[in-house]
Amino acid sequence: MTLLAAEGLVKRFGGVLAAKDVSFALDAGEMLAIIGPNGAGKSTTFNMVGGQLRPDGGRVMLEGRDVTGMPPRTVCRMGVGRTFQVAQTFLSFTVIGNVQMALIAHHGQTRKLLGDAMAMHRAEALTLLDRVGMAAQAERPIGELAYGDVKRVELAIALAAAPRLLLMDEPTAGMAPSERAALMALVAGIAREQRIGVLFTEHDMDAVFAHADRILVLVRGEIIARGTPEEVRNDPEVQRVYLGHAGTKAAQRARRAHG
Amino acid sequence: MELDFVLIQALSGLASASSLFVIASGLTIVFGVTRIVNFAHGSFYMLGAYAAVTIVPWLLEFDRSPTLFFAGVIASALVVGMLGVVMEVLLLRRIYKVPELFQLLATFGVVLIVQDLVLLAWGPVDIAGPRAPGLRHGVYILDQRFPAYELFLIFVGPAVLALLWLLMHRTRFGVLIRAATQDREMVGALGVNQAMLFTGTLFLGAALAGLGGALQIPRVSANAHMDLSVITEAFVVTVIGGMGSVPGAFLAALLIGLLQAFGVLVFPKITLVLAFLLMAVVLVVKPWGLLGKPDVASGRAVLPEGILDPRPLDRFGKVLAGVAVLALLALPLLDDYSVKVGTEVLIFALAAFSLNFLVGNGGIVSFGHAAYFGLGAYGAGMLVTKAGLSMEPALLAAPIAGGAAAALFGFFVVRLSGIYLAMLTMAFAQIAYAVVFQWVEVTGGDNGIVGVWPSRWAASREVYLYLTAALSIAAILFLTRVIRAPFGATLRAARDSAARADAIGIDVRTHRWLGFILAGAAAGLAGGLYAFSKGSIDPTLLSIPLSVDFLSMILLGGIQSVFGPLAGAAAFHAVKDQLMPLTDHWRLLLGLAIIAMVLAFPRGLAGLRRRAA
Repeated sequence: MTLLAAEGLVKRFGGVLAAKDVSFALDAGEMLAIIGPNGAGKSTTFNMVGGQLRPDGGRVMLEGRDVTGMPPRTVCRMGVGRTFQVAQTFLSFTVIGNVQMALIAHHGQTRKLLGDAMAMHRAEALTLLDRVGMAAQAERPIGELAYGDVKRVELAIALAAAPRLLLMDEPTAGMAPSERAALMALVAGIAREQRIGVLFTEHDMDAVFAHADRILVLVRGEIIARGTPEEVRNDPEVQRVYLGHAGTKAAQRARRAHG
Repeated sequence: MELDFVLIQALSGLASASSLFVIASGLTIVFGVTRIVNFAHGSFYMLGAYAAVTIVPWLLEFDRSPTLFFAGVIASALVVGMLGVVMEVLLLRRIYKVPELFQLLATFGVVLIVQDLVLLAWGPVDIAGPRAPGLRHGVYILDQRFPAYELFLIFVGPAVLALLWLLMHRTRFGVLIRAATQDREMVGALGVNQAMLFTGTLFLGAALAGLGGALQIPRVSANAHMDLSVITEAFVVTVIGGMGSVPGAFLAALLIGLLQAFGVLVFPKITLVLAFLLMAVVLVVKPWGLLGKPDVASGRAVLPEGILDPRPLDRFGKVLAGVAVLALLALPLLDDYSVKVGTEVLIFALAAFSLNFLVGNGGIVSFGHAAYFGLGAYGAGMLVTKAGLSMEPALLAAPIAGGAAAALFGFFVVRLSGIYLAMLTMAFAQIAYAVVFQWVEVTGGDNGIVGVWPSRWAASREVYLYLTAALSIAAILFLTRVIRAPFGATLRAARDSAARADAIGIDVRTHRWLGFILAGAAAGLAGGLYAFSKGSIDPTLLSIPLSVDFLSMILLGGIQSVFGPLAGAAAFHAVKDQLMPLTDHWRLLLGLAIIAMVLAFPRGLAGLRRRAA
């Protein structure tokens, strides 16, 4: 069954058409990448799915239910986790505290007036941290971590809501190249293992062509191509307007590296 | 209503709108560039009036000509502009990077200092200014007499708007002001001399306030209360217009001027309330004002200013707290005076703690927390004196009154953030103050209500101290638990990153609202206890100065720590109680102390202890 379906999404900012009839579908366990040059409407599309922006037209369907225009917190409760382009975490909390907070929210306990918040859901939080390889850093303040590690914790926070869909806006932005590959491999592993659908935007073509099952190419708010990495890579239109020479090479390199 | 009457009313509305714009434009320009909400802007306005009543009569001695009158007005504005430069160089320059709350408090410190200095320089008696030569007559409009000077004032606002437009679009300085208003960091990155730009902006802003004040002298005599009365109105205008937007301020001043001119016919006593209601409505519909723009969010993640780690007290802290409680309980061994101070310290500790529950734990900077304290006091006091109930049910009603008011005001407040939120809390506190002050039949107005005495069993000072201790400490311990509990952690999480909180399924607005109500209820309980300790209530219990006292307490104690505000309340109140009878210049001392605190140790007493450890 289709996990996520975007149907004819439209968004205008003043005179600018940031998204024009954007439609796509995503199945459980599938990784779908949205790529495109700066200003193509990737983040706009993304935020319409995540509830941060209300579309001017079209629908967002989650497992057959219409979630168009619902606020992020509602979308979250329906099984959607998300990470941000610039990692958003609770800076005054420890690493494990961040995940515990997400678990408290997931269990609907945020209005409890008694009890020690930082004694709750510790084991579960530790399991999640372990899955992203951050268990050893659990007790450190999150502000002390390297940015790549913060991104991993953010992934654990998103997973705390036991999501069926993960939205990741440029998951590897601002990370060192070696960290990027590791993070994307981690995400791909979790997605396949737990049948979580992943929608992500990305500028790093290595990451996209290595891990995406399908790719949407967005240019000036319009989808100009879609398909498997192979199909997109060979699309002359995509090569002309977006990938260019260097991008095509990266795509080939990624194919060699990951078979 | 007759047409001529409506016309005259509209004209006088335009005249006050025009004056209001001149003042508010300076405030909004300074905010746009420096991102500091300058409380002292009202002080500049007052200084402008005092400078003018000094300079203008002296000039008119030479020749009673309009030229010299206006030369005196302009000279006053320039003098005040120079004072703005002094303030920028001595104070603002040091606090551009500190959190908003500290900036607000520091500029409020300047307000206190200027109030005392004005009294020192010009004395407590109002000083009437000369009327403007050539504009002393009346003009007849549809058979109604209208003062020529008012007519002249109507044209001043648009003239200032035009001059500011020329300045902003035709000079390099003006272009830089506009650029800095849009993106301060970028202007700095382009290599612009920021120090000069900021100093120049303060000169312009202060001079506009001074001009506004100087132009008032034919209408109102210079007095020592001009600063706070005008600053609230100027805040309302800049917030409605959108902070940083000069045309927005013009539009808002027009709205407010006309609203007050006609509102006075319908609700003669609550024109200020009308203005605040307009502001509340505008902010709910357009959270950044009519022509304002959302702040450019800086991409950097910074550690929030507030409670970071709500761990329970360590052993030293526990010993300290135990000794403090024992000392309070032993106060009756000393004298009556100590018992009185001890009772008040306990009450203010609860009030300050509840404020830091919002500020430190929730990142909700309330500038009007005294409203809930005061309404709790009035709720309890009026139940006893008007409804004839006894103390026990009245003390139960106090937190309900505070919490209900917080529920009503908080519903709007939590829709905003940062400086707009602070302004709205202050506006609501002023509304509550105005209602209590002016509804004489019910609240006793300025005189308040006397005869709020405890039940017989609690009538002695000692017993009342113990009662206060039991209730305050219980409430504080409960709030401490809440801070550590999931609800408190959720408020901290939303403070750290509202976007992240939202994305993990937290309804940030509702949680903030509930937190606001809880803090309001605790402040209400403190207010109720205060009413019975004094035996009387009066409007100062809801006033801005008391709100600032509460903020000073938590600042002194340190908003990063859970228990710091308690130490802050004790230290602040004890010092105030000792010093105030000894000096005529309490405000001067308090102002200097606030500024010193902001500059020297923004982490408060608790921070000092941590640094020593």
